[in-house]
Amino acid sequence: MGTTGTPTNITQGSKTKGGIGESTLRPDGTLKVTGEFAYSSDMWHEDMLWGQILRSTVAHAEIVSIDTSEALAQPGVYAVMTYDDLPTEVKNYGLEIQDTPVLAHGKVRHHGEPVAIVAADHPETARRAAAKIKVEYKELPVITDEASATAPDAILIHEGRDDHHIGHVPHPNIVHRQPIIRGNVEEAAKKADFIVKGEYTFGMQDQAFLGPESGLAVPSEDGGVELYIATQWLHSDLKQIAPVLGLPEDKVRMTLSGVGGAFGGREDLSMQIHACLLALRTGKPVKIVYNRFESFFGHVHRHPAKLSYEHGATKDGKLTHLKARIVLDGGAYASASPAVVGNASSLGAGPYVVDNVDIEAIALYTNNPPCGAMRGFGAVQACFAYEAQMDKLADAVGMDRVAFRQLNAMEQGTIMPTGQAVDSPAPVAELLRRVKAMPLPPEQQWLAAGEAADVRQLPGGLSNTTHGEGVVRGVGYAVGIKNVGFSEGFDDYSTAKVRMEVVGGEPVATVHTAMAEVGQGGVTVHAQIARTELGVTHVTIHPADTQVGSAGSTSASRQTYVTGGAVKNSCELVREKVLELGRRKFGTYHPAWATAELLLEGGKVVTDGGEVLADLADVLEGEAVEVEAEWRHRPTEPFDLRTGQGFGHVQYTFAAHRAVVEVDTELGLVKVIELACAQDVGKALNPLSVIGQIQGGTTQGLGVAVMEEIIVDPKTAKVRNPSFTDYLIPTILDTPTIPVDVLELADDHAPYGLRGIGEAPTLSSTPAVLAAIRNATGLELNRTPVRPEHLTGTA
Amino acid sequence: MDFLRPASWEEALAAKAEHPTAVPIAGGTDVMVEINFDHRRPEYLLDLNRIGELSEWEVGEESVRLGASVPYTRIMENLRGELPGLALASHTVASPQIRNRGGVGGNLGTASPAGDAHPALLAAGAEVEVESVRGSRLIPIDEFYTGVKRNALAADELIRAVHIKKADGPQQYSKVGTRNAMVIAVCAFGLALHPETRTVRTGIGSAAPTPVRAKAAEEFLSAALEEGGFWDNGKIITPSVAKQFADLCSAACNPIDDVRGTASYRRHAVGIMARRTLTWTWESYRGTAASTEGVA
Amino acid sequence: MRVNFTVNGRQQEADDVWEGESLLYVLRERLGLPGSKNACEQGECGSCTVRLDGVPVCSCLVAAGQVEGREVVTVEGLADFAKQRAEHGGCATGACGTPGGSGTSLDEAKQWAAKGHDSQTGEGGELSSIQQAFIDAGAVQCGFCTPGLLVAADEMLERTPNPTDADIREALSGNLCRCTGYEKIMDAVRLAAARQSEAV
Repeated sequence: MGTTGTPTNITQGSKTKGGIGESTLRPDGTLKVTGEFAYSSDMWHEDMLWGQILRSTVAHAEIVSIDTSEALAQPGVYAVMTYDDLPTEVKNYGLEIQDTPVLAHGKVRHHGEPVAIVAADHPETARRAAAKIKVEYKELPVITDEASATAPDAILIHEGRDDHHIGHVPHPNIVHRQPIIRGNVEEAAKKADFIVKGEYTFGMQDQAFLGPESGLAVPSEDGGVELYIATQWLHSDLKQIAPVLGLPEDKVRMTLSGVGGAFGGREDLSMQIHACLLALRTGKPVKIVYNRFESFFGHVHRHPAKLSYEHGATKDGKLTHLKARIVLDGGAYASASPAVVGNASSLGAGPYVVDNVDIEAIALYTNNPPCGAMRGFGAVQACFAYEAQMDKLADAVGMDRVAFRQLNAMEQGTIMPTGQAVDSPAPVAELLRRVKAMPLPPEQQWLAAGEAADVRQLPGGLSNTTHGEGVVRGVGYAVGIKNVGFSEGFDDYSTAKVRMEVVGGEPVATVHTAMAEVGQGGVTVHAQIARTELGVTHVTIHPADTQVGSAGSTSASRQTYVTGGAVKNSCELVREKVLELGRRKFGTYHPAWATAELLLEGGKVVTDGGEVLADLADVLEGEAVEVEAEWRHRPTEPFDLRTGQGFGHVQYTFAAHRAVVEVDTELGLVKVIELACAQDVGKALNPLSVIGQIQGGTTQGLGVAVMEEIIVDPKTAKVRNPSFTDYLIPTILDTPTIPVDVLELADDHAPYGLRGIGEAPTLSSTPAVLAAIRNATGLELNRTPVRPEHLTGTA
Repeated sequence: MDFLRPASWEEALAAKAEHPTAVPIAGGTDVMVEINFDHRRPEYLLDLNRIGELSEWEVGEESVRLGASVPYTRIMENLRGELPGLALASHTVASPQIRNRGGVGGNLGTASPAGDAHPALLAAGAEVEVESVRGSRLIPIDEFYTGVKRNALAADELIRAVHIKKADGPQQYSKVGTRNAMVIAVCAFGLALHPETRTVRTGIGSAAPTPVRAKAAEEFLSAALEEGGFWDNGKIITPSVAKQFADLCSAACNPIDDVRGTASYRRHAVGIMARRTLTWTWESYRGTAASTEGVA
Repeated sequence: MRVNFTVNGRQQEADDVWEGESLLYVLRERLGLPGSKNACEQGECGSCTVRLDGVPVCSCLVAAGQVEGREVVTVEGLADFAKQRAEHGGCATGACGTPGGSGTSLDEAKQWAAKGHDSQTGEGGELSSIQQAFIDAGAVQCGFCTPGLLVAADEMLERTPNPTDADIREALSGNLCRCTGYEKIMDAVRLAAARQSEAV
């Protein structure tokens, strides 16, 4: 095994209560259980107006005319704005490619695209006014898949593209293409004793965060605007918002409001610019809150994908080669499609040693809903395919499915298909061993309760569809690999401002970052880091805003690594200054100030020998020490556009799952009985939060295995199920027990040895559930989510 | 929009007579969704919450008179013995919060083919008591559903109660959804054995434009039971009889493909539910298998 | 229209209510009680759960006009409600008291994380046992589902002090959570039940 690595030697502050490694409780917990925590939809202001967005009713059309006169004439309506009312020449936005119109111009490219916005004194007034805006469309044919997108006569979704990907894509309706080529697939295939091919389909998943897109924009006296918003990345929003408003960035002051979940769906802008435009136009505060229906149109989704895989193996079970093609549907606008392509291709081989690889991943422009970031993006779709392949290969070779994976598992030192050597622990085989070693749940638990079957424990649940008839158990395994942080040469950094001072006789640290707390618990961890590094008990977490430098996005499993790293770094700089202050004030009283290794612990300055030199309160008396500093992880480099070679990822993260399901094989209903997970987290800064992330990610993977899918009509490209009635996410009765085995093998490149953890559990959960259903039913099941129709031959 | 708040049943009837377009609202679990999502803007909302009698029920000799607004939770908790099929159906309705508000009157008023109560009412046998200022009438449940989300109510009528036959034999209810709780029916099936009349009744939900009975299946099964002397000898129903019953139930469906399921699946699933619920009810009738009643 | 009702033991009056407004909207936007959450507004998620005359309901599906003269308990009043129940065996009088208010002011919004709750447990006032258990068990992540879950779980424990896991799952099946995978929520309810039975 290549699982070397030791926990980073943490000496500083290890005696301070509430430091890293403890399951300290959330600083926002009390506000969240009392209902006082202010989410973006809770914002309120005297005299505020309500904003409403009018969205396109068709997916692809030229806009012939827009008539707002009747809407404007409604009593209570303060403003109606269309493209023509945009104040500057900057009329588009976008994360990487600015291809998304603030308001539709000339044509609409997907169902639900914003066409006009209204501000009125009551949400109903705004809705009625929006309904009175007359938009005349001339419908165009819809592009909905690869064939229609790349047909010779295909309408271009975006004409006149000038982004930096246009030079290397085979067709203007392809956003980005990334091949990964290593070794010689043709030659290797000749040495394979077994070749397994598969065509896989991954459905469109929605983040379905519970807090809808919302916020409040307040015009300020200096002509600027204050925006209270739920987002994943304040500074990225700011860079996209300010130019459209025609304001310098310092006049758009953004404060993070409470965020009701994100999961990638808040990486792109939603109502931010619209609220600001209306506030500046009317001179009044404007609140916008989507309802659930609108939310399904208001953010990007997970890319649906078609994946073609061919693997080979020798008769002793060694992988010979992989040939794969991954087609991701990016929908009408680019969003995070390029990064999704990068992940899907570079991680397309999974956590396995394969020397001969030929992978191609592309993202399409279509008239389907725009797709972008969602937990595990790119890596999730690939994992579904390669894990199905692993089971088929193991069966072909005649090996145990877990043993086959372990035989081919990558480890520290493995060269990735990108040529990158894995330079920290990669305990893939060990995670599989651990998850397999967990005890299996007892059979037929529904009988355990008594003599009557407890339908709550059976497929179909409360709907009373079976009392055991047709129910078959299955077990499946899967493991996945995800990159942590922003890859491919992106300058991925964060900023932390840390201040130390005496308040009420006690030393207090204040941590100020722009990190979006979306529920993941970053605020908890920042306080822990400050306690550990500064030896204080009291830490105040300053609200996140744009008055401090960028923290980067709360995505890509990166915040604890990068902003955690920035907080640690700034704390270290503060500590040096505090010790300097101590030496200046008290150095003459004790020689150890000059000679010993000094630590801050338990509110005191102590020597490494444990001798107390001073109270921090005395050192800081009358002084405040403050540092704001950027911190970045080691640089990565872009993948070569022809071969995909390059040091593209800063860190990898791994999880393995074992799913136990019971399937009603006659009705095609599934009950997941247990979803066990083993994950390497490097170092668990907060074990309780770590487990919460793993269980939550696991459950989102379960959702897309058996129920979650946005259904788009292929004839019209219209969304058919934009509601929680027909887009189903798991309830507590659909979610099994999720035992978690946490492994801590330090990555010496990362702060405290930690590993980003948020996404990995979402990857392997889905294929594990699928494998278990295949195990129960004997069906091939090459698409997810599995619907009852697929299990009963009635699709 | 106007909000009408009658304090009594008579006032409600008067209001409905004066404003036939008024939309009655009791539990609000259908109407408010349509309002919140801007799918509907009724001229008048007619609140029935203040009419206490609508939330009451009476157990009579032959039947239960169930007030239109008796919440599903109450039916589950209090009427399991008299109305076992409806109690099971009530338990499949959405969530505890919804079951605390919604009632059978709402299901009937909306008349969605996916309403959970319908198959149980069809199988048990019921009459809907409707009233207007013109007078009161009882509509047999078989004549109540007239089209997709349409029912036999006149514009000035309100649903006051449902008279449901008390169970004289085992009843079952089963519903397929793609989630283990809080789900709208992809399709549903209700079955009631009526040993006193030696008949069987069924109800199918979400598999035709309206809730329907599988009458051919009922007739086949009643005849087969009679012929084989099953009611008296309590024999196990032969698999071939169960299969033919199931096939006839499938054949009674006239479903569509939609976002919740395919027509083909609905037909298939109704057959499976028919066979299973027949087994459960029959086993229960034979009094042999305690394991046939779910705890739902 | 005007609507008069009792919220958390305090008489409230809402004016100029549009007839299509829900109880949820009135609580959040007119009475300054945004604790009940607006996640789906279609009765599918339970995040707006309140007690209406003691019964847990989705406040998004109750028309504002329907609450005239009735009693509502929201998450903001849950701690007092539970306290009253413990002291008097119920809160039948509804005299539970609450801070009313005028919405979340911007100053409050800015200060959301800085209220001195920086250390271990909730030290910002008295919490009900279910609230404390949610914090202690790690059942809160983004927190948007939390208010509805608390109201539903508290009511379940009132009815069923020693629930089985299946009981808990059934009682909370109308409350969606997207962050936690529900495991820590199960832990929290078990913890509250255990503490409750210890206390008796």
